[in-house]
Amino acid sequence: MRDESVFLIGVGVFFGIVGLIYWLTAYEDAGGVLLLGTCFLGLVPGLYYYYWYCRFHGRKFFFFGQVGKAVGPRPEDRPDATLAEGAGVVSAFPDSSIWPLVLGSGAFLLVLALVFGYWLAFPGIGLIITALVGVTAESRRGGHV
Amino acid sequence: MTDLVRPALAGVDLHAPEHEEHHGPTGLLKWFTSTDHKVIGMSYTITSVVMFYLAGIMALLIRTQLASPNSSLLSFSQFNALFTMHGSLMLYLFAGPFAFGGLANFIVPIQVGAPDMAFPRLNALSYWLYLTGSITMLLGFFTSSGAAEFGWVAYAPLSNAANSPGAGPDLWIVSLLLTGFSAIFTGVNLVGTIFYLRAPGMTMFRMPVFTWNMLVTGILILIAFPVLTAAVVMLFADRHFGTHIYETTGCHMVGHPNVPAACGVPVLYQHLFWFFGHPEVYILALPYFGIVTEIIPVFSRKPLFGYKGMVFATMAIAALSTGVWAHHMFTTGVVLLPFFSLLSLLIAVPTGIKFFNWIGTMWRGQLSLKTPMLFSLGFLFAFLMGGVTGVMLASPPIDFFTHDTYFVVAHFHQVLFGTAVFAGFAGFYYWFPKMWGRMLNDGLGKWHFWLTFIGFWLTFMPQYGVGLKGMPRRVASYPADLGWQIYNQLSTIGAFIIGLGFLLLLINLLISWRNPVPAGDNPWDGHTLEWFTSSPPPHHNFTHLPPIRSERPTWDYNHPEAPALHHGVPVVGNGNGHHPRDPGGNGSSGKEEKVPT
Repeated sequence: MRDESVFLIGVGVFFGIVGLIYWLTAYEDAGGVLLLGTCFLGLVPGLYYYYWYCRFHGRKFFFFGQVGKAVGPRPEDRPDATLAEGAGVVSAFPDSSIWPLVLGSGAFLLVLALVFGYWLAFPGIGLIITALVGVTAESRRGGHV
Repeated sequence: MTDLVRPALAGVDLHAPEHEEHHGPTGLLKWFTSTDHKVIGMSYTITSVVMFYLAGIMALLIRTQLASPNSSLLSFSQFNALFTMHGSLMLYLFAGPFAFGGLANFIVPIQVGAPDMAFPRLNALSYWLYLTGSITMLLGFFTSSGAAEFGWVAYAPLSNAANSPGAGPDLWIVSLLLTGFSAIFTGVNLVGTIFYLRAPGMTMFRMPVFTWNMLVTGILILIAFPVLTAAVVMLFADRHFGTHIYETTGCHMVGHPNVPAACGVPVLYQHLFWFFGHPEVYILALPYFGIVTEIIPVFSRKPLFGYKGMVFATMAIAALSTGVWAHHMFTTGVVLLPFFSLLSLLIAVPTGIKFFNWIGTMWRGQLSLKTPMLFSLGFLFAFLMGGVTGVMLASPPIDFFTHDTYFVVAHFHQVLFGTAVFAGFAGFYYWFPKMWGRMLNDGLGKWHFWLTFIGFWLTFMPQYGVGLKGMPRRVASYPADLGWQIYNQLSTIGAFIIGLGFLLLLINLLISWRNPVPAGDNPWDGHTLEWFTSSPPPHHNFTHLPPIRSERPTWDYNHPEAPALHHGVPVVGNGNGHHPRDPGGNGSSGKEEKVPT
């Protein structure tokens, strides 16, 4: 978790500095806003990962204080971890699902509606709603795993 | 070795023995419903290679038109549509999706020891959005007004409703909406997979460099693509909903009568587009750097020289690439030249580090010049030439002189051909055995390489010359008395030689389809985890894993006498360097193994 958070916070800090220099020298708004946005794009998830790093290591997360018990780094963060330590459920992986295709087709018709006529939006939205219901039901059932 | 079995893998579905023998849909239904990253990766690869061939045919038509002055093979309108769609297909529908949708989708989860992508259904949705986006873009050819004609950049105000009327431009815009979301979802998936699904012991600094590059590419996608998607949505709004974001005609005068406060700013489009566009160039380069970084050590029989240097160089290139967008806009006169020039020039430093490390990896290695290695070497030459002219163009005085000439065309084709074609097809030849379980013919592959390599130089070197003589890009015709003809003819001959090379690839694929030569698990004696599992890999990728103690777990397992690295600590007593493919036993793989960092 530490390397991940350092990586993302590094993105935020770098673009913060570049954005500041740009803002002070270029007198141009669009680039300044874009660089500020990029700074946040790094900082927000970076701080999230840093929070989890603090939780795993029982460290203080800024003024929130200690946020968790020290359980040590994840097996994938330890160079000496054995494969057995990765035991347990990794995640539930859906096997096969028709809903991504249905959702994609709905999106296809929806954007074509912008070009060829609004009537295409009706089947498009229909497919999208069907897919959303379908994928939700599939997830609640657990699917095929 | 008992600890080879990774119980965590069974954790995907620990108590279901049928898990290994997967009973999912087969046949056509498998391709429509699968959420397996391997199937999706192959779908992406096939679709993007089809797009590559279509865009290549368009390139040949363009080159045929330009082979003679005052040519009337194509109308101006057809020519404009062809170069627009050639660029759009190559950049949006081939080079990016081939890398992050095709190869990375297939390879990254296996390289980190994961059973699948983090969000498999999202991954499938990415593909369907990409496919429908591709269809949408190509539909432009079938509309009465023809496909979009404003270049792959669609600058405002050329792309507004008055200058580019019709359904073709609209289809182009909405197709970027679909493919933009597709890319964003893939970026999320790559980052999520790499952060959360690595196997035990696969620390960040043990990941293969290809995976590292895909992580950085994933972040770049998340930085760049939302900006493009937003920019084209606003373009669409300007065209149809009467907004004035880039649009300058029909403004309301607000406040002072001479100040059009409610007016759009066309150059804003360029800012937004290139804030996407320049990182996009590196989204199209970093994955391919990663491919080459995988191939060169394997075919040099050495560990990578300077692993951490490679990783940090990748980060530096990506970071700098996001601060250089306005070097495409030097001639607009409204950008800060020193800032963008300096950052652009700086990119040469980490790229130089990469070149140094690639050469350092080959240095005193046992080079095996198989097709993937040849294409990787071709990449080094091609990208170097494109990179050197890139350094020249980063200097505003040169850029002012050469902007919008064929000099720029030659530069970016050498860069992108170097990455997406040379390195891309290096990866294609390298991982094809893993994807399909069968080999491609090496002899034909070498013919493919040499034709492509010769055609490449013949096509693009004359374009520098004709650019310096003043030939502007995107012109369908030129007069006979300017001395441009010979350059264009050489270029056209080169393009057809490349075309011939890619015909050989089709023949090679046909041979591999009709007379398959089984690849085996590890045909190249590879280093990384994808070469540990079967070809093609089973459902959820692994039945067991080797211990992960270095950047080269598969090599360490297959060559216990010559483990390369223990996380940066040299291993004493490397053994005699014996190598299974080196029957004399006098290979240098053991002797040469030095710590790369």
